[in-house]
Amino acid sequence: MIAELGHFALVLALVLALVQSSLPLWGALRNDQRLIGVAPPAALVQFLLVGLSFAALVQAHVVSDFSLTNVVENSHSAKPLLYKITGVWGNHEGSMLLWVLILALFGALVAAFGRNLPDRLKALVLAVQAWIAAAFLLFILFTSNPFLRLDPAPIEGNDLNPVLQDIGLAIHPPLLYLGYVGCSISFAFAVAALIDGRIDAAWARWVRPWTLMAWLFLTLGIAMGSYWAYYTLGWGGFWFWDPVENASLMPWLAATALLHSAVVMEKRDALKIWTVLLAILAFSLSLIGTFLVRSGVLTSVHAFASDPTRGVFILVILCLFIGGALTLFAFRAGTLAPGGIFAPISREGALVLNNLFLTAAAATVIVGTLYPLALEALTGERISVGPPFFNLTFGPLVVPLLVVVPFGPLLAWKRGDIRAAAERLFAALAAAILVAVAAAVIMGGQNLLAVFGVGLGAWLIVGALAELAFRIRLFAAPLGDSLRRLVGLPRSALGTTIAHLGVGMTVLGIVAATAWAGEQILTMRPGETAQIASYSVTLDGFGADDAAGQAVSKLPVTRPGPNYRETVAHFTVRHGGTVAAVMEPAKRDFAARATTTSESALATFWPSQLYISLGDIAADGATTVRIYWKPLVTLIWLGAVVMALGGLFSLSDRRLRVGAPRPARAAVTVPAE
Amino acid sequence: MTRKQRRLTLIGLSGAVLAVAAGLALYGLTDRITFFSTPSEIAAKAVAPGARVRLGGLVKDGSVVKAEGGNVRFVVTDGSASVDVAYQGILPDLFREGQGVVAEGVIAPDRSLVADTILAKHDERYMPKEVVEALKKQGVWQESTAPK
Repeated sequence: MIAELGHFALVLALVLALVQSSLPLWGALRNDQRLIGVAPPAALVQFLLVGLSFAALVQAHVVSDFSLTNVVENSHSAKPLLYKITGVWGNHEGSMLLWVLILALFGALVAAFGRNLPDRLKALVLAVQAWIAAAFLLFILFTSNPFLRLDPAPIEGNDLNPVLQDIGLAIHPPLLYLGYVGCSISFAFAVAALIDGRIDAAWARWVRPWTLMAWLFLTLGIAMGSYWAYYTLGWGGFWFWDPVENASLMPWLAATALLHSAVVMEKRDALKIWTVLLAILAFSLSLIGTFLVRSGVLTSVHAFASDPTRGVFILVILCLFIGGALTLFAFRAGTLAPGGIFAPISREGALVLNNLFLTAAAATVIVGTLYPLALEALTGERISVGPPFFNLTFGPLVVPLLVVVPFGPLLAWKRGDIRAAAERLFAALAAAILVAVAAAVIMGGQNLLAVFGVGLGAWLIVGALAELAFRIRLFAAPLGDSLRRLVGLPRSALGTTIAHLGVGMTVLGIVAATAWAGEQILTMRPGETAQIASYSVTLDGFGADDAAGQAVSKLPVTRPGPNYRETVAHFTVRHGGTVAAVMEPAKRDFAARATTTSESALATFWPSQLYISLGDIAADGATTVRIYWKPLVTLIWLGAVVMALGGLFSLSDRRLRVGAPRPARAAVTVPAE
Repeated sequence: MTRKQRRLTLIGLSGAVLAVAAGLALYGLTDRITFFSTPSEIAAKAVAPGARVRLGGLVKDGSVVKAEGGNVRFVVTDGSASVDVAYQGILPDLFREGQGVVAEGVIAPDRSLVADTILAKHDERYMPKEVVEALKKQGVWQESTAPK
C-alpha cells in the first residue's frame, strides 16, 4: 500500500512538473503575472511529492518488503539498518530517485529563498528546472521504476553488493548528487537568461551562491569517493583515472572555471557570454557523467544494470538538453552585450588564464574518457585509456595553472602590477624553494619531479598565506590593527585564501603519497615482523570470538558479523620499541551473495598513514599481506575539505547570501559617529 | 595597448594553450593507450615483447600456482589459445579458477604476460564486459551460466 502511494506521488510529481515547465514559461513570455506566480508553489509541492515517494521507498527497504523487486534484488533482512537505508540509493532505481529528489530540493530552495529574484527570471528558472525534472521522472517511471511488485514475494532478498555495504556509501552518492544536480541551477539560470535575452552583473551575483553550493558538494563528494576507493579496494590508490571518476572530475573542472568567471562578471561586467556557456557546459558534463555511470556503457561498481533501453533513454535526454541549450546559446548569445575591457595583466586576466587552463584540462579528460567508447562503437577495437594518458595530458595543463594561482588574488582589477605581486610573493617563493630542497635532501635527491611537486604545494600554501598577510597588513601594522582587518575582511576574500590553501594541501598529499610511498607484499606467519618506513609490523594472530576482542589465536578462526563471517588478523605496530597502533584487517564472507570482501586496516600517524590489506590466508596461518606506508596521504582529502570550507566561507558572505537585497547604489549611508 | 591588441593577446594565448592540449591529447592517444586482446588474438597477432596489453579470458582450471611473497602464476584461456600470466600482489577477492579475469601488463620475451593489474568480478553476478565479449567470440559463452 505504501509502495503504491509512493508510486502515485511520483506520477503526480511528473504531472506537476509538466505544469511547472509550461505555464510559468508562457506567463513569462506573455508577461502574465498569474501564470508566473504558479512556479514557486509548484516547485515546493513538487519537492514534497518526490520526497513522499522517496520516503515510501526507504520504508520498503527498512521493513524489508520483499514484494518489491527493488528490495528483493538489493536487500536482505539480516542487513544492518544503516545499510538498509543507504541501500536505497545503492542500486540503479533508487539512485535515480535520489537524483530527482535532489533536483526537486534545489527547485524548492530557489522558490523559497530566491525572494530577491525578479519574478519573471525566477519563473523561467523554475520552468527550466521542471523540464529536467519531467525528463528524469519519465525515465524513472518508464525504465527504472523502483515500485514494481513481485508476485509471489520471495522470503529473502539477494542482499546488497557487499562492496557497497560501507559507511562511505552512505555519504558519497548524496554528496556527489548535490554537486551534480546543483549544477542544474546554474544551467537553468543560463537558459533563463538566454530566453530573456538580458544578462548583467546582478545575474552573476544570483548565480554565484548556487554554483558555489554545487561546487562545494561536488568537491566533498569526489573526495569522499576517492577515500572510499582508497580504503575498500585494498590497493591503496586514491585516484585511478577510471571513467566513472572522470565523470565526476569533468563537471568539477567546469564548475571551478564557472565559479571564477562569474566573479569577473559580477565585479567587472565582462566575460558574460563565456560565463553563460560555462554554466551550460558544467551541467552538460554532469548529465554526461550520469549517462556514463548509469547507462551501463562502462562496467564498474557503479553500473548496476546494463539494460540498453535505459542507456538510450538517458542518451536522448542528454542530447535534448545539451543540444537544445547550445542551440539556444548559438541564437541568443549575440544579443548579450559585451562588457568591460581589461589589460592582460590584471585580476580579470588571471581569471581568464584560470578558465583557459581549467577548460583545456577538462577537454583532455573528456577526450580520454569518451575516445575508447567512440573507438569501440566505430571500429569495434577495444582499448583502455588509463593513468599514462592522463598523467601526460592533464599534468602539463594543471601545473602552469597552479604556478600562477598565488598571483591572481594579488593583482588589481582592470590593470595589475605583476612586479608588485611578485615582490609580495617573495616569501612564498623562498619557502617553496626551502621546502623543495629539504625534501630533496631527506629523500636523497631522487625523483626531481616529486621534489618540484612538493615545492609547488608549498608555494600554493605559503602564497595563499602571503596574500592574506598582505591584505591584513600583518607585520606592517600593529598586531591589533591586523586582527581588526582580518575580522573586517570580506568573507569571500577569506574564502578564496582558504580554498587556495586547500589546493596546496591536496597537491602536497598527492605528490608525497605517490612518489614516496612504501610497499611490501609478503607472506607472514603469526609472530613474524615486517619493517616498513620506520615502523615494525607484527602479525600476532587472528581475532577469536570474544566479547572484549582480546583473544588471539595462532590459527585462522572466523567470527560472526551481522550478515557475514569474518577472519580478522591482529597486527601490532611498533615505532622505536613502543606500541604505536593495533591494526585489524579482515576478510569477510557474505553468504547471501557467496562473496568475499577484504577490509583493509588504516593507522593514521598524522598526516601519514599505514595501510594493511589481506590476501590469502592458509590453514596454518601463513597470510599474504600487503603493507603500505603512505606519507602525507591524508592531506589529499583534508585539502578537499579545506577547499569546501573556503567555499562555505564565500557562501556566508553577506553580498552573496541567497536572500541578499539588491546592493544600494545610490543610497550610501554614512555610519553614525 | 589598444582594444584590438588586447583581444589578439587573449586569442593568441587561448590558441596556444588549446594547441598544446590538443597536441598532448593526440600524442597520448597514439602512444599511451592499452589495447584489449584475447589469448587467441595474442597468438595470432604475434604481439611484440614489451607491448602493454589488457588480456581477458578465463582462469584455466588447475593452473593457479601460488608461491611465497604474493607471487602467483596462472593461465588465461579463451578455449582455443592460452597465455601464461605472472603477477606479484594480492589477487582480487573474487579471483577464482574457471572464472573471468582481466590482466593488464607487459608481454615478456617468452610470450607470457607480466601483469601489474588483475581485475576480477565485483560480485557473483558481474563479469567484466570485455571477458563476456571475448568468450562470446570464441563460442564458449553459455547463456545458462551467464551472470544476470
